[in-house]
Amino acid sequence: MTSSLLEVKQLKTIFSSENGDVPAVNDISFTVNPGETVAIVGESGCGKSATSLSIMGLITDPGKVIAGEVLFEGSDLLSLSKKKLNRYRGNKMSMIFQEPMTSLNPVFTIGNQISEVIRKHQRVDKETAIKKSIEMLERVGISNASKVIKQFPHQLSGGMRQRVMIAIALACMPKLLIADEPTTALDVTIQAQILDLIKHLSEQQNTGVLLITHDLGVVAEMADRVIVMYAGEIVEETTVAELFDNPKHPYTMGLLGSTPRLEVEQEMLEAIPGVVPDLTEMPSGCPFHPRCKYAIEACKLEKPALIEDFPDHFARCIRAKEGL
Amino acid sequence: MTRYLLKSILQIVPVLFIISMLVFVLVRATGDPVALMLPESATEQDRIEMTEALGLNEPLYVQYGIFISNAIRGDFGISYHYGQQALPLVLERLPASIELAVVSMVISTLIAIPLGILSALKRNSYLDLIISGISVLGKAMPNFWVGIMLILFFSVMLGMFPVSGRGGLENMVLPAFTLGVGLAAQMTRMIRSTMLEILNQDYIRTARSKGIIEAIVVGKHAFRNGLISVVTIMSLQFTSLISGTLITETVFAWPGLGQLLVAAVNNKDMAIIQAAVLIIALLVIVINILTDVVYRLLDPRIKYN
Repeated sequence: MTSSLLEVKQLKTIFSSENGDVPAVNDISFTVNPGETVAIVGESGCGKSATSLSIMGLITDPGKVIAGEVLFEGSDLLSLSKKKLNRYRGNKMSMIFQEPMTSLNPVFTIGNQISEVIRKHQRVDKETAIKKSIEMLERVGISNASKVIKQFPHQLSGGMRQRVMIAIALACMPKLLIADEPTTALDVTIQAQILDLIKHLSEQQNTGVLLITHDLGVVAEMADRVIVMYAGEIVEETTVAELFDNPKHPYTMGLLGSTPRLEVEQEMLEAIPGVVPDLTEMPSGCPFHPRCKYAIEACKLEKPALIEDFPDHFARCIRAKEGL
Repeated sequence: MTRYLLKSILQIVPVLFIISMLVFVLVRATGDPVALMLPESATEQDRIEMTEALGLNEPLYVQYGIFISNAIRGDFGISYHYGQQALPLVLERLPASIELAVVSMVISTLIAIPLGILSALKRNSYLDLIISGISVLGKAMPNFWVGIMLILFFSVMLGMFPVSGRGGLENMVLPAFTLGVGLAAQMTRMIRSTMLEILNQDYIRTARSKGIIEAIVVGKHAFRNGLISVVTIMSLQFTSLISGTLITETVFAWPGLGQLLVAAVNNKDMAIIQAAVLIIALLVIVINILTDVVYRLLDPRIKYN
């Protein structure tokens, strides 16, 4: 048995398309410990969201998890019946989504939507559930909670709705919170507030957080460990300080280089040339080599493995050791 | 809401006025009832006398003025054909029409909601294919044929239900099924596509992430959002049923409005046409207002100012 909260092992998720099966998540393994925040970063379409949805059992047709294990406190969620899985979802682990504007059901009140999850997992009556919902709204910083509880989603702003989503997600004090781009759709000022809130509440409850983002600023602010994904695979994994100080994979370097920095004077931001490859037509060898300025002949031939070249620092690059 | 209702109810009056004018003019534009009423041997003198007796020699606006002032008092004139007041004749037929419409709607809804949801949930499966096939068939079969087949099988061969006429519940079964099957076909396809769209919404994913069972995800979170479309199509179907079930009414000798109205058009029975059209128009308007009220109850985002 393991002491980690979440252990993902060789997870593989495909999406069936007319051009064949697309491996959106390809052999991914990582762990999240209690109270730890792990960030998954990467460009759009790299498989970050598919990973989080696979963990929650929310992959829908034409997608399918075809291999691997998702161990939550030691039990494999992928092999559980739907009924048993539902005892975890919303209860021991929960999720916040990218789109607060569309993630709440437009025809039910806020109170209904928060108390629903409380009543499902904690055997309490309606009034207690509503009382708890009001408490939750207050905890996520909504001041006039007893009024908001009777309102409908369309009467709230995007930031407010995301607070409500957080209230729903944290209502049953989950041990794991998956936040899939929780601030991408929000104004910058609101972004900081929402991130603070997630950080604050997860620290309070010792919640493990799996944070999906494309924003390295968010990563620096929130994460303990970072996983960098490219084309459905992990290309680098290490602690947040190590990643920013000492990136080993050229893709990570590219991501860092394309982020503006205050302390360095730059004429132009670097960009990574090219686009993420079409997952149905993956290049040979290292999937990143067509876009990599360090690529050599050997990169085209064989796919590199994810290797711990430095202590607690994994990279999927044959030249990682060279100190590029 | 109250303001909206008051406003809508007030709007009924001008709408009915406009419809009354249209019907009035159109009825007179389509032919001379006198020619139909008199025998072929009638002389020109007979024709003029008849025209004067019916008040048809007056200018159109005078005729309309007389018609509308009487109509407001509930007097739509005497039917040429039946020799009775037109309005009671129309109102007498109304319960039969409404009864048939309501029962066919209930049948179609009871068939369409489960089938529509099921085929959306089992999208592209054999079940979905079969349901889609049945609904195409249901839509493709003309009412009169379905009616006759039902009569042949259930009335003539099995003797389970009466062949025609209106009476108890047993008289209602076949005509209501005849209408209901066609409506259900249309509604099933509509519910399927609505549910497919809704099941892809982000809030369905949120509901699933809460750990609630799929039946509640579909039954509460998805279907509640789909109800708006169901109500829309029910309202449209109901309004067309009130006036337009002539074929089914004819097949089953069902004494509804459709039969009366078509007979009146053939007979140039102005009083009946005018009374029937205005009553149908009033019903359609009322149904539309009710539909709006139901929308408001179903979807909090809809506001009426």
